[in-house]
Amino acid sequence: MSVARPTRTRKDPAHPKAGKKAATTKSAQRKANTGPPTGRTGPEHRTDLLEAMLRIRRFEERCVELYSAAKIRGFVHLYIGEEAVAIGVNEALTPEDAVVSTYREHGHALARGITAEAVMAEMYGRTTGCSGGRGGSMHLFDASRRFYGGNAIVAGGLPLAAGLALADRIRERANVTCCFFGDGAFAEGEFHETANLAALWKLPLLLVCENNLYAMGTALERHEAQTDLAMRAASYGMVAWAVDGMDGEAVEQAARRAVEGIRAGTGPHFLELRTYRFRAHSMYDPDRYRQKGEIEQWKSRDPISLLMDRMREDGELDDKELARIEQRVTDEIDHAVEAAEQAPEEPVGHLLRHVTSSSAEAVS
Amino acid sequence: MGADTTQHSKTTYREAMREALREALRSDDRVFLMGEDVGRYGGCFGVSLGLLEEFGPERVRDTPLSESAFVGAGIGAALAGLRPIVEIMTVNFSLLALDQILNNAATLLHMSGGQLPVPLVIRMTTGAGRQLGAQHSHSLEGWYAHIPGIRVLTPATLEDARHMLAAALADPDPVLIFEHGSLYNFSGELLPPSEPVNLDHAAIRRPGTDISLVTYGGSLPKALAAADELAAEGISAEVIDLRTLRPLDDAAITASVARTHRAVVVDEAWRTGSFAAEVSARITEESFYDLDAPVERVCSAEVPMPYARQLEEAALPQTADIVAATHRAVD
Ligand SMILES: Cc1ncc(C[n+]2csc(CCOP(=O)(O)OP(=O)(O)O)c2C)c(N)n1
Repeated sequence: MSVARPTRTRKDPAHPKAGKKAATTKSAQRKANTGPPTGRTGPEHRTDLLEAMLRIRRFEERCVELYSAAKIRGFVHLYIGEEAVAIGVNEALTPEDAVVSTYREHGHALARGITAEAVMAEMYGRTTGCSGGRGGSMHLFDASRRFYGGNAIVAGGLPLAAGLALADRIRERANVTCCFFGDGAFAEGEFHETANLAALWKLPLLLVCENNLYAMGTALERHEAQTDLAMRAASYGMVAWAVDGMDGEAVEQAARRAVEGIRAGTGPHFLELRTYRFRAHSMYDPDRYRQKGEIEQWKSRDPISLLMDRMREDGELDDKELARIEQRVTDEIDHAVEAAEQAPEEPVGHLLRHVTSSSAEAVS
Repeated sequence: MGADTTQHSKTTYREAMREALREALRSDDRVFLMGEDVGRYGGCFGVSLGLLEEFGPERVRDTPLSESAFVGAGIGAALAGLRPIVEIMTVNFSLLALDQILNNAATLLHMSGGQLPVPLVIRMTTGAGRQLGAQHSHSLEGWYAHIPGIRVLTPATLEDARHMLAAALADPDPVLIFEHGSLYNFSGELLPPSEPVNLDHAAIRRPGTDISLVTYGGSLPKALAAADELAAEGISAEVIDLRTLRPLDDAAITASVARTHRAVVVDEAWRTGSFAAEVSARITEESFYDLDAPVERVCSAEVPMPYARQLEEAALPQTADIVAATHRAVD
């Protein structure tokens, strides 16, 4: 089949990066491959990574309390232990890039800059929630941040992500679409259909597999005949590699490399991030399928402690500084909970809003 | 209905549909057509023949055999500002994309609190009558009409084949267009539209006073033929073409039954849980005191569509069945 490939350039004056960052020489390209596009490096950058991870961790710890207090309901899937993935990958993306996520997406949403206030209000089902109370924990959306959920069907977000990437390619916008999914998605046809389509059409798609070794209670080796996921992705003809998903800086570097490759027009890239969820699959899960020892072993590689230790070793973090960060994050979450408590409920009279675009206006 | 006509004054349903696609591709550069064999092959029913040459492979895009992936890609592209027209060869194959249609296209607007409309058009063939056996002949549009958040269109005339697409593309929400396979060769003179197609209204294809024949899509020609036969007997049948199964134009049905006091619903799907059941229930709810007889239904036999000609014919609603149902209601 022949598909004419438009050359993806940044000449389009409408593109936010037009004129900037024209990496023409080899050395300039190398630079683009190593330095963060935001120009943030060193201790400050590490502090930011740490704070972003702590925000997710503390947010979700609060969710546990609120769930126990029956303030929030539904299926709640915690990301605790996997924070380095969301934060590291997000560092490689620009605000113009798109993100597609799963039901375990609090971390992705917060990393993307959706405020703790908007996410918490959504957990409460309030009008001020980022999905107006219609989504809940599993369906967080923010069109202004190109954050496309929030998909509770395993692998269901993958075809959609290919379409977002396709649109960017057709429009010659230099954006990347990043799609998060779990190892469980590998057993679904939608993953393989999308991998084939994206590689065939050289779509600007970053496939991020969060391999936490379990699909609910089914261990990887019990749901995949071949457990080398990066190798399988590579068989579609895309660049693929596996990365330590507990090391935020390593994740960031890998994601930057992948995103640079994608922006250079080499088609979809695949990252397998080896990580672990410290908590059960969801709040309903008694977690009978894992050994305590296994969990403890992974906890010794907690992504947050890992970064903190590194920073302490390099003299970039002391107790005072850490306390300041913790305080900021705690205040932010306190405020989010308070705001959600105060926020109005969506009136029942609005029930039929947003079923179709006209119902959005017609029903009041 | 017959073989492709060579007369220049006449247009086929297929050509009308192709002209609609051509106009859409020409008039809006956000529009592109995507599906299995829509390009090189010309569409498995020949609808998109020649469009690849005219618009190129970016805009008339052949896809792999991956219903879920390319329908989902259509949804993503629509979210990102394009106006994709996705073709699925037949409704039977759309079941492989049901997750994307139901769980994404139909729900994203609502789940996102109104942030993410999905301006996507999905076209597919439906229906039996061509001896294609059980896996190419079913009528499942009624299932899709069950789903809030999407619009379901069933163009039955040349005019609707020609003009519904533009209106579908103007809709900010997902629209599914079901083209009955036996209509593609239907030919006649294409009349210019008197006004833009309104997708919210059913059409009276033949006015009458004694009974309402309520139908859509591939059953319309059969209902019209039945009305002809009934007229010869002195029974005046009104033929309502629903055109849009969702949202359903209740008012048109209610108004017709208020005039005729009797109704036959004709639907090529199986009787059990059919769209005809929905229409019949609504007539009972809204027009009970107007009725002079129970609502009749003419549907397909409860059998996977057989291949053998005589068996397929026996399974499908036929003109004679519509006439017989009318007699039961009128006598
Ligand atoms: C299509 C589909 N089948 C089953 C489920 C039920 N389910 C929800 S999460 C899950 C496990 C998915 O595991 P994985 O993809 O590895 O993601 P993780 O939860 O580990 O992040 C299952 C089976 C579902 N949501 N969707």
